[in-house]
Amino acid sequence: MVAILYLISALLFIFALRGLSHPESSRMGNIFGIIGMIIAVFTTLMFKSVLSYYEIGAAILIGGAIGSFIALRIEMTALPQLVAAFHSLVGLAAVFVAAAAFYDPVAFSIGKVGSIKTASLVEMSIGTFIGAITFSGSVLAFGKLQGTISGKPIVFKFQHLINALIFLLIIFLIVLFVINQSPTIFWTIVIVSILLGFLVVIPIGGADMPVVVSMLNSYSGWAACGIGFTLSNNLLIITGALVGASGAILSYIMSKGMNRSIINVVLGGFGGEQDTSATKDNSDKIVKQGNAEDAAYIMKNADSVIIVPGYGMAVAQAQHALREMGDILKKEGIEVRYAIHPVAGRMPGHMNVLLAEANVPYEEVLELDEINHDFPMTEVSFVIGANDVTNPAAKTDESSPIFGMPILDVEKSQSVLFVKRSMATGYSGVDNELFYRDNTTMLFGDAKKMCEDIVKSLSA
Amino acid sequence: MEAHSSEVFVIGLTVFFLACIIGYYVVWSVTPALHSPLMGVTNAISSVIIVGAILAAGPQGFDTSKIFGLIGVVLASVNIFGGFLVTYRMLSMFKKKTKKIKEKE
Repeated sequence: MVAILYLISALLFIFALRGLSHPESSRMGNIFGIIGMIIAVFTTLMFKSVLSYYEIGAAILIGGAIGSFIALRIEMTALPQLVAAFHSLVGLAAVFVAAAAFYDPVAFSIGKVGSIKTASLVEMSIGTFIGAITFSGSVLAFGKLQGTISGKPIVFKFQHLINALIFLLIIFLIVLFVINQSPTIFWTIVIVSILLGFLVVIPIGGADMPVVVSMLNSYSGWAACGIGFTLSNNLLIITGALVGASGAILSYIMSKGMNRSIINVVLGGFGGEQDTSATKDNSDKIVKQGNAEDAAYIMKNADSVIIVPGYGMAVAQAQHALREMGDILKKEGIEVRYAIHPVAGRMPGHMNVLLAEANVPYEEVLELDEINHDFPMTEVSFVIGANDVTNPAAKTDESSPIFGMPILDVEKSQSVLFVKRSMATGYSGVDNELFYRDNTTMLFGDAKKMCEDIVKSLSA
Repeated sequence: MEAHSSEVFVIGLTVFFLACIIGYYVVWSVTPALHSPLMGVTNAISSVIIVGAILAAGPQGFDTSKIFGLIGVVLASVNIFGGFLVTYRMLSMFKKKTKKIKEKE
C-alpha cells in the first residue's frame, strides 16, 4: 500500500513538471505537485514507527509558516536569491536526514549503531557530501546574488588543485567512515564538504549565476537521490533524479547560451580583468546620444519595435514602466514584441517572470530562435539593460571572449536604441561596437526613469 | 541477506536510471519561458526528502536522531510551502492577451 501511494506521488511529480510545457497547463501542474507532496507526507505519517504527531506537526507548521511568509513577501526581482536560499535548505535537510539515519539506523532498518550495512554507509556519506556542498554553495550564491558578497569572481593560485585535493580527501574520509563508522569522521565529511562548496562557487562571477543556480538545483536533486538510496525509498530516488536531470539540462541550456562549456563556467574567473584593454580602442569614436523625446519620436514613427530586456532592467525595476511604454506604442498601432536571450538575467527564465509580473502577455515574449530572423524587418530595437547578448563581436571577432555566443541580431534592425547607465562595458568586459554605429542612439540614464520619461513624451 | 540487499540496490538503480530518462524528456518539453517556475517546482518537490526526516522524527522520546529529524522536517517544510507558493505566484502572472488589447490591435 505504501509503495503504491509513493508511486502515485512520484507520478504526480512527473505530471507537475510535464505541466510546465505550456503556461495554460502549468497551474494544474503545480497543483499536481502539491497533491503529490501531501500524499507523500501523509503516507509517511501512517508508518507504524511514526508516533510523535505533535512534534512533527509543529515542525511542519513552523517551517511552513516561514516558507509561506517568505514566498508571499518576496519581490520578483529577488527571485534568483530566493531560489538559491531554498536550494541551500534542501542540501542542509539532506545532511540532517543522513545524520539522523546514522544515529538511529534502526528507525530506517539499515542495521544497528556501529554495524550499519556497508552499502547504506556509502550511500549515506555520498548523500551527506552532495547535501553539504549544495548547502554552502547555495549560501555563497545567495550572497553573491543578494550583493552581500561581491559578485566578482574571486580567483587565487592553485585554486583548482586545492579543490581537487579536497575532493580526494573527502573520498578518503568516506572510505574511512565506511570502515570505522565514527561520528567524528561523519562530521568531518560534513565540514570539509561545506568548505568545498564555498570554494567551488567562489571563482564564479555574477553573470554566470544562471549556470550556478541551475547546477545547485541539480545537486539538490542528487542529494535527495543519495538519501533515497540510503533509505531504499523509490519516491526519493525518482524525485531526486527528476530534479537532478532538470537542473543539469538547465545548466546545459544556460552554458550553451554563452557558448561555453559547463566545465569552463565551473572553473570560473570569467569577466574579471580584461575590461581595461578592450575599452581603450574606441575612446575616440563618436557616440550618438539622445534623450527620452528623441526615443519617443523614433518609436512613434515606426511600425514595429522589438524590446530586448536584460539584467539592467531587473536591477532598475523598470518592467512596469517598460510595459506602460509598450502599451502606448501598441495603441498607436505599432507592433511591439519582446526578445529574450537564454542567459538574460540571473536565473533561467528570469526576464519572462518579470515581464509577466508587469502584465505583458506571454504571446508577445519570444525566445531567441523564434524572433531572431525578424530583426531585419524591424524598424526599432529597444535594448534596455542588456549589452553582451547584442554584441556583434560574438559573430565577427574571433579574439573576443564572447566569440561564438548566440546573440540577438539587433544590429540588423533599422535603428537601435540603447538604454544604459554609462558607457561601461558589459559583464564580459568587451566593448560593444554597436554603440558607435550611425543608426544607434544611446539613451543614458536609469532604465526605469528613462521608460517613464519616454511614456511622458509619448503621451504629450 | 547479502544477496537480498544487493537486489534492493539494483532495483533502486533501475528506478534511478528510468527516472533520469523520464526527467530528461519531460524537462526538455518545458517551454523556456517557464524555466523560473520549473526551478520553483523542482525545488519544492526535491523537499520530498521530508519523508526521511519524518521517519527519523517518528519514534517517541527524544534522542539525537529525533532532533535531527525534526530540524529536517522544519527545513524541508520551508521549502515545500515556499517553493509551491512562489511557483504559484509566478505562474499566476503568466497571462494571455486580454480581449481589450486584442480589439485595439
